Amino acid sequence: MSVTPFKLPVVPHIRRQAYISLYEKGLRADGRGIHEPRSIDVKTGVLEKAEGSAHVSLGSTQVLVGVKIEVAQPFRDAPDQGVLVVHAENVPLASPIFEPGPPDENAIELARVVDRSLREVKAVDLESLVIRVGEKVWNLWIDIYVLDHDGNLFDASMLATMAALATTKIPDYEETEVGEILVRREGASKPLKINHKVVTVTIAKIADFLIVDPTFEEEVIADYRLVLSFDENLRIVGAQKTGEGGMKVEELKEAIRIGKNTALTYFKILNQKLAQGV
Amino acid sequence: MGHKAKVTLIDERGLRHDGRRFDELRPISMQIGVLANASGSALVEYGRTKVLAAVYGPREPSQKFMVLPDRAILRVRYHMAPFSTSERKNPAPSRREIELSKVIREALEDIVLSSEYPRTVIDIFIEVLQADGGTRVAGVTAASLALADAGVPMKGLVAGVAVGKVGGVLLLDVDEIEDSMGEADMPVAGAPDLGLVTLFQLNGVLSEDEVERGFSMAWNAIEKIVAMEKEVLRKKFEAAGEEV
Amino acid sequence: MVKTIHGTIVVPGERLDSRVEGKHPYTLEVGGAKIATVVGLLSRRDDKHVFINIKGVYVPEVGHVVIGLIESIGVTSWHVDINAPYQAILSAQDFLGRPFNPAVDDLARYLRPGDYIKARVTLFDKTRNPVLSVQGEGLGRIVNGLVVDISPSKIARVIGKRRSMANMIEEKTGCTLFPAVNGRVHIECPNRELEMIAVMALKVIEAEAHTVGLTERVARFIEERVGRGV
Repeated sequence: MSVTPFKLPVVPHIRRQAYISLYEKGLRADGRGIHEPRSIDVKTGVLEKAEGSAHVSLGSTQVLVGVKIEVAQPFRDAPDQGVLVVHAENVPLASPIFEPGPPDENAIELARVVDRSLREVKAVDLESLVIRVGEKVWNLWIDIYVLDHDGNLFDASMLATMAALATTKIPDYEETEVGEILVRREGASKPLKINHKVVTVTIAKIADFLIVDPTFEEEVIADYRLVLSFDENLRIVGAQKTGEGGMKVEELKEAIRIGKNTALTYFKILNQKLAQGV
Repeated sequence: MGHKAKVTLIDERGLRHDGRRFDELRPISMQIGVLANASGSALVEYGRTKVLAAVYGPREPSQKFMVLPDRAILRVRYHMAPFSTSERKNPAPSRREIELSKVIREALEDIVLSSEYPRTVIDIFIEVLQADGGTRVAGVTAASLALADAGVPMKGLVAGVAVGKVGGVLLLDVDEIEDSMGEADMPVAGAPDLGLVTLFQLNGVLSEDEVERGFSMAWNAIEKIVAMEKEVLRKKFEAAGEEV
Repeated sequence: MVKTIHGTIVVPGERLDSRVEGKHPYTLEVGGAKIATVVGLLSRRDDKHVFINIKGVYVPEVGHVVIGLIESIGVTSWHVDINAPYQAILSAQDFLGRPFNPAVDDLARYLRPGDYIKARVTLFDKTRNPVLSVQGEGLGRIVNGLVVDISPSKIARVIGKRRSMANMIEEKTGCTLFPAVNGRVHIECPNRELEMIAVMALKVIEAEAHTVGLTERVARFIEERVGRGV
């Protein structure tokens, strides 16, 4: 059951007006351009117990992603594929509005949008994750941990997820005589096979403006947000409109145009960081 | 499941598998103010154990009834991230996390000046990002720093450490391997400036002499760790001064 | 740019000489000794030793003039966030200066969630939420300008000795500043560019609050930017 949010933080009118008058000048409150994302930092290999990991800072937003790999049974209708599971937590320490408890509809939406963005375009090569067809495959657990919420959790989470996956190493294993799989986690070196890289771009509508990479306050005052998923060829591989306001038909086209440009920026940064190496 | 490599826990020279002596702490690092939203925050590492703590409040609770008329309520959540352990951990709170949340809360109750803020809640969230033994005591240390960073008045700083008995020998600050192969595990936390022990548990069997010696070793280490906390806090605010 | 301390940083649990002057609960008598309970600065002022907290929680006092943010509307009052552990109350009766008449008065027409007000704390003890009044000169809804959030313990620095810092900022930017004790500063500026400069200057003060020579550095900071138009 989904309920209209009734305890949203209040953004002062004066501040909202200040934002809008800055948008009129093509600027944001922190001095960046209206379609410019905040400064981004990506660190990979930050969690020793995870087979892949990344920490992303997008302005003040911080997201940590860990990839854990375990042996599991494949789905019956996909015996020749590994399993990919995406889970997200709005950790209470990340924001005064996050309460302890199981993931709420926002955390679930975040996980499912990231999941779809990876799955539909087959970003991760699931066929390469088979150990014994129909019986044993690798199960990839992707856990998105929001540590500090200043808006745009989608883009930060997708970047962190992609960076973590791109540096994930599959553990070695040996098979016993009775067919049991014994996993050796130390010294994993086989890279996970990635077919496509994906980023999401979040565009928010405030007054008459479409802005990129909203902060927390901008998300609160926005009519809606459009999260567009792109692969490295700038194909649109997913989309999610989130928020209560209605989107005008002509805004979609403009958003896609803006989104593609920002996607290029995200890919550039992602590739730079990955090239710098783990 | 996995196969455990044979590890020599203590070698002929009396050194542990990571080269430490029996009474040696792992390298400890502390950072404060690592999160923008929280009133106070700290990231603490004991060797490869990595714990993040954040404080919110004092603030009025979301549920109006969750108050006491004469003091603040502490809400402590100790939780392990799914990627913090070798096998992925289900994010839903386990019985262990629920118990540890309680003992950590009780480790802080007598220290925080909760009587200053009646009818409010002080939230302390502890997330284990990487688990290699001693997560609850590292959590207490991180919580102490986060509270100081938040400006919540405290009677003193708190720190914790675990002592284990492994192969008949008492070892300070046991890591995961040592704990898993040991005969006993004794986490201790407290405020040395006040001479108060606020967390004390024993899992396993120890003689009275072992308890006393182990406790003494732990308390000694706790004094050192609190001294580190003070240094970190001082350094961070060294840029503060008064214009004459 | 050398930043030096004029005093010592004191951390929670550290002992202070019994003659040190400090505000409750930031200093406390525990077991016959005086201790600091938060991170603060111990320094000499004239002939006294004073402990001032660097970290702390804003607790309202009767008489404080605060900048509040309307959060919600009750039946006969507004609920106001004043950056304290407790939400404050502004009664319709106080705002209107006369008894509230539900048949005629619509609270939302006067103040809505998202409005800022300047108000005085008229009642507060910890058994009940703070009560505000807007009856008084300069109090009431904030209409123009911007409100900036600053850590409450840094507000004194924004004001400066004998208002030296605030006056300097006003002179150099043409803005008017009202730093409120609850960690909010209301600024009104001739244009958005100067407003941005004033906001940045406040952030510099917050980051370097207790360093020496801050007023001069902030003055220079502002001059550079006003000169080249941000």
